[in-house]
Amino acid sequence: MRREPPQRLADYGPLFFPAGMLIVFFVVPFATMIAVSVFQREQGGFYTPAFVFDNYARFLSLFFGKVLGFSLFLAIAVAAACVVIGIPFTYLLSRSPRKIQIVWLVALLSILSLSEVMIGFAWSTLFSRTAGITNLFVWLGLMTQAQALTPSFGAVMTAMTYQAFPYTVLVLYPALVRLDPTLTEAARTLGASPVKAFFTVVVPALRNTILATLIMVFIFALGSYLLPQLLGRPQHWTLSVLITDQAIYQSNMPFAAAMAVFLVLVSLALVGLALYAGQQRQAK
Amino acid sequence: MARVQHKYLLPSGEKVPEGRMKGWRHTSHLTNQAELTCGDRMSGLNLNHVTKQFGNFTAVNDVSLSVPDGTFVCLLGPSGCGKTTLMRMIAGLDLPTGGSIELGGSDITAVPTHKRDLGMVFQSLALFPHLTVGENIAYSLRIRGTPKDAQKKRVDELLAMIHLPGFADRSVAKLSGGQRQRVAIARALAISPKLFLLDEPLSALDAKLREAMQVELRQLQQRLGITTIVVTHDQREAMTMADTVVVMNGGEIRQAAAPVDIYRRPADSFVADFIGQTNLLPVAADSAGRASVLGEVVEGISLPAGAAKGMLSVRPEDVQLTAPGHGAIAGTVTFIRDLGGAIETFVEAGGTQVIAVSSPRNRPDVSVGQSVGIRLDPATSVVLAR
Repeated sequence: MRREPPQRLADYGPLFFPAGMLIVFFVVPFATMIAVSVFQREQGGFYTPAFVFDNYARFLSLFFGKVLGFSLFLAIAVAAACVVIGIPFTYLLSRSPRKIQIVWLVALLSILSLSEVMIGFAWSTLFSRTAGITNLFVWLGLMTQAQALTPSFGAVMTAMTYQAFPYTVLVLYPALVRLDPTLTEAARTLGASPVKAFFTVVVPALRNTILATLIMVFIFALGSYLLPQLLGRPQHWTLSVLITDQAIYQSNMPFAAAMAVFLVLVSLALVGLALYAGQQRQAK
Repeated sequence: MARVQHKYLLPSGEKVPEGRMKGWRHTSHLTNQAELTCGDRMSGLNLNHVTKQFGNFTAVNDVSLSVPDGTFVCLLGPSGCGKTTLMRMIAGLDLPTGGSIELGGSDITAVPTHKRDLGMVFQSLALFPHLTVGENIAYSLRIRGTPKDAQKKRVDELLAMIHLPGFADRSVAKLSGGQRQRVAIARALAISPKLFLLDEPLSALDAKLREAMQVELRQLQQRLGITTIVVTHDQREAMTMADTVVVMNGGEIRQAAAPVDIYRRPADSFVADFIGQTNLLPVAADSAGRASVLGEVVEGISLPAGAAKGMLSVRPEDVQLTAPGHGAIAGTVTFIRDLGGAIETFVEAGGTQVIAVSSPRNRPDVSVGQSVGIRLDPATSVVLAR
């Protein structure tokens, strides 16, 4: 393979196609969205080009602040839940026989083939009073009467964690497989119990991977708008739900665009903060 | 000589076949069961009929070994001989499927690794990448809740010991191979363990550094007086460092003795061949009961009673080349290799290749194709079972 940097314009050839795709399908729509966010909405119509900050001003209210806060909280909670469950799970998976690993990985990958709608309806059935898992608990004698577990915050959390979990495992898996198994053995010979060795060696050695996983799941969860509607109460609706509502049902494109831009900025700021914190600890 | 500790060390006792013990002429006490019990059996490390099976495969088969306090033992053998599995069982990283392990008089067979208070250096070194040199060394102290200032004091002490003072705050990624090696050793010794285990510790180092580290490791062990077990496949390494070399093959101990005894008095042809270079010559009893090697009767060599055939192990430096005839084994020089420091003469005699090594001072006056006589010294020849 050639190692020297590209010299002539033709050397950059292979980059043209992906660059073009990025511009057409990402940069242009995003620029359009930013532009629309400062346009003037026309009542009963669509919008007219303008340069006003009305949409952003309307957004600065307690109601939308609360929704934004809840959206961020939900995304962080889902990311944390995924990582907390995902690290021990993937660690044990990476230490199990190859056949078992393949079965689990195929099962997890098959979750990715399910759409958000299917996951949402599946969980709403599982959490329902008539056909849900509580009937199983009643049958087992753990509960006296079947009850509905949805709509609730727990139902939203469960479904979103379920949806993001395969991604978590897929990001953690290569790092955990590459982790030298003698590191934990060394920790054990030095006096650490298996659990202590896990927390003092495996987790810190994977800090960067864990941070990357948290950020990925956070962003993934932030965009979720279907599951909170299907499984949550209105107070569990995320900003994404409101954006969809404004854009599609209220035909208020400029306001939806403004909220979307704001959401992107806030999440970028949070990711930047997480990366900065990670670097600070590393430099220490 | 202070090398007498091998007295306490036993190969797997009664399992050694009769014929194999023939080579132990000067170490016959090793078969004496009484010695086993009157030895320093309470302290030190004792392996009693330890066996490890992985499914149908027996990695370690009925190994018994007694290591007195303060001894340096090398487990030596080809890859797959069970030496690493044996060490992992001593460390508690693998559990034996049979037998027991005692340390300092108490049975530790079922004690989990982290409660055994041992220090171990892994082949990969296994330094924690997220910790500094000092934090790596202090890990075992931190786990045990040692106060911060005591930790720091011990780290400084150990860094001085391994000749890396002031390295506490460095990242382990920025160390050289030899430095990483030393840090791994210091980390294992931080709690002053009862037992110091090293699994192929020097295999990643280049030849020169390895030799230097062997000497350093031996000196360190003698200074600290710590019971040490090293797994290695390098016989030079074993000879340099060990009080006792335990030669293993096929999951069993073939011989456990002082390095010189292993070299001079190999217990069987495997040990003779594995340790250094040797000529293994067929020896048979003639009609009069005299031992005959390659068609010539060699005075002073006798086969064990009842045995008609055996193997004679003669080190190349003990093979004497003389003029043919006069009772010497007849042979023809086929190749001469002058290595500068030593001259190897390859002689074909009775269909077997015999190698003779001589120093440049005693350069044999022979050339390729010449007929020569070979003389063997009974004192330096060992008769082994076939």
